[in-house]
Amino acid sequence: MSKVILKNISKSYGSNEILKNINLDIYDSEFLVLVGPSGCGKSTTLRLIAGLESPDDGEIIINNSIVNNMDPSKRDIAMVFQNYALYPQMTVKENMGFGLKIRKYKKEEIDTRVIETAKTLKIDNLLDRKPKALSGGQRQRVALGRAIVRKPKVFLFDEPLSNLDAKLRQEMRVEIKRLYKLLNTTMIYVTHDQTEAMTMGSRIVVMNNGKIEQVDSPENTYLKPKSIFSSSFIGAPKINLINGELYKEESEWYFHSNEIKLQIKSTHYQYSNFKAGKVTFGIRAEDINANLKINEDKDQINLIKGSVDFIENLGSEMNLHIKMLDNNFIIKCERKLQVRENQEVQMCFDVDQGHFFNFKTGKILC
Amino acid sequence: MKKKIETILTFMFLVFFSIGTLYPVLNILSVSLKTDNAFHSQSLALIQIREKFEDINNNNKWDEGEIFFDKNDNGIWDAGSGLRSYFNLFKDTDFLLWSRNSIIISLLVTMTGVVFASIGGYALSRFKFKGREFGMIALLTTQMFPATMLLLPFFILLSYLGLINSYLGLIIIYSSTALPFCIWQMKGYYDTIPPALEESARLDGCTQLQAFYKIILPLSSPALVITALFSFMASWSEYVVAAIILQDPKLYTLPLGLKSFQASLSTQWGLYAAGAVVVSIPVTILFISLSKYLVSGLTMGSVKE
Repeated sequence: MSKVILKNISKSYGSNEILKNINLDIYDSEFLVLVGPSGCGKSTTLRLIAGLESPDDGEIIINNSIVNNMDPSKRDIAMVFQNYALYPQMTVKENMGFGLKIRKYKKEEIDTRVIETAKTLKIDNLLDRKPKALSGGQRQRVALGRAIVRKPKVFLFDEPLSNLDAKLRQEMRVEIKRLYKLLNTTMIYVTHDQTEAMTMGSRIVVMNNGKIEQVDSPENTYLKPKSIFSSSFIGAPKINLINGELYKEESEWYFHSNEIKLQIKSTHYQYSNFKAGKVTFGIRAEDINANLKINEDKDQINLIKGSVDFIENLGSEMNLHIKMLDNNFIIKCERKLQVRENQEVQMCFDVDQGHFFNFKTGKILC
Repeated sequence: MKKKIETILTFMFLVFFSIGTLYPVLNILSVSLKTDNAFHSQSLALIQIREKFEDINNNNKWDEGEIFFDKNDNGIWDAGSGLRSYFNLFKDTDFLLWSRNSIIISLLVTMTGVVFASIGGYALSRFKFKGREFGMIALLTTQMFPATMLLLPFFILLSYLGLINSYLGLIIIYSSTALPFCIWQMKGYYDTIPPALEESARLDGCTQLQAFYKIILPLSSPALVITALFSFMASWSEYVVAAIILQDPKLYTLPLGLKSFQASLSTQWGLYAAGAVVVSIPVTILFISLSKYLVSGLTMGSVKE
């Protein structure tokens, strides 16, 4: 049982406010991912939980006891650092056993545990090497091993994969996920990579500017973003955002922005919350379809013409960058579509999947 | 062709400075092997062979008119090289006593230097506290004053404390002059060690102090070695301060002892040179054996992760 609760946490360095009144409940045995751009306070949050920093205000509660003033060594937390932080003068075996040695475990106990852990991580052939003689991926595994071997209450990961190349990163992502299933312990993971957040977390915390924008499951964060920031940070390519106006005409709701006029059906999930006025409309690249045949039928709704500025070929699919007079869009389409640059296409907006945000606050209309 | 000229020029440059460096050392070595009255010999030979001499004019005079005494009355010129000065150094003088004094003082200064610099440098590198910036600048400022300028204040301070003519006084002064540099040196080295290492150690269960001496200190051995060497050298070869503080010949350090061979009327150059050679041996050995650390210590930043 390892619950972590952050209550009204604030932290500043000098006049620089890093965290502003953070409230977060981290459940027992969940994989929570803190995601956000650099400087959003996610690492600081992690360091506060670890005890490497202390909050200016608020309470950190681990398993029902307030740990604000508890030394990190007493919190029974393990952390994997971005630069691995392996002790250079020690072998892999000593690195992994260090925490147990400090806690005065018997030598035999340490040895069995280290070897057992090394086997799960497939590093048992590296035990006598020094960190210098290891590759990036191996170091990462050792760092993981050092954390696991102690069987701590909570695991913290501070951007552990950002120093690895793309292929290795994907491998380690799976590896960490596998470890999580195996250990079933509370894990808190910090990353700036939305893919990592989406693929790994049981819940995602989107942070921006020292505040929490949204705490939700990956699906909900993607499909039901609570703010413009959250919608644009999660998902690649970035969500299309259009500033415009909501208005009602003959009992139908419309969204209008220069050359774009979209009709909104009553099936839209925000339909009951609409109020006429300025809004930001967000729609993901896959919710706009590109047609090469231009349909001139005036009765068709939500069809808009645009020309292809350039094409990003991703192999399995393509991103079309569409240029219009005042707006630019990114559309995801399948690779079979025979489209050239500068070609005119017709975009079909699946407005039901889009989101309307308050123009001023950037929050979802509700 | 251009490269060849470049190489030649480089070597000429190196040879020139090598000569400049080696000549005095070889000269001292040569003098230490000669007898006193051969000091003024014009010969460039490092080692002189014993030569018979004949007093052709039978007037006990050199050609230039200088009187020559055949002390041993055996018609053999005394100027042949030998280890006599070294024997005399250990037999007839207090050289061993001075060595002991020097070793005690230097080791104590080294220990103080290493202990205080390793801790002080760590504090300056890792913690933010009031007066940190000022302290660092202040330490640096002390290095700007020449030691001779500080002699008088040091002397007054020590005489208030009643530490004139004592090892303790000398150790305090040596440590306080060597420490600022050592602290900066250690701080610079700690700065290159990622703080994540201690943080990791603390999460592994170490207290702040344990993380320091179990993880950081072993990693800093190159810097510690340089700090130790610097403190040792600063006290081992120091003369001016010692000459002011120590008045009792029994307390003399090696540089003071050597200087005592130099009297106003006659100087025992052989002894003087032999002493100089013996004094420089331990330092030379230290330097050579620690050169590995010196290189790695001065090319810092090699300790990433």
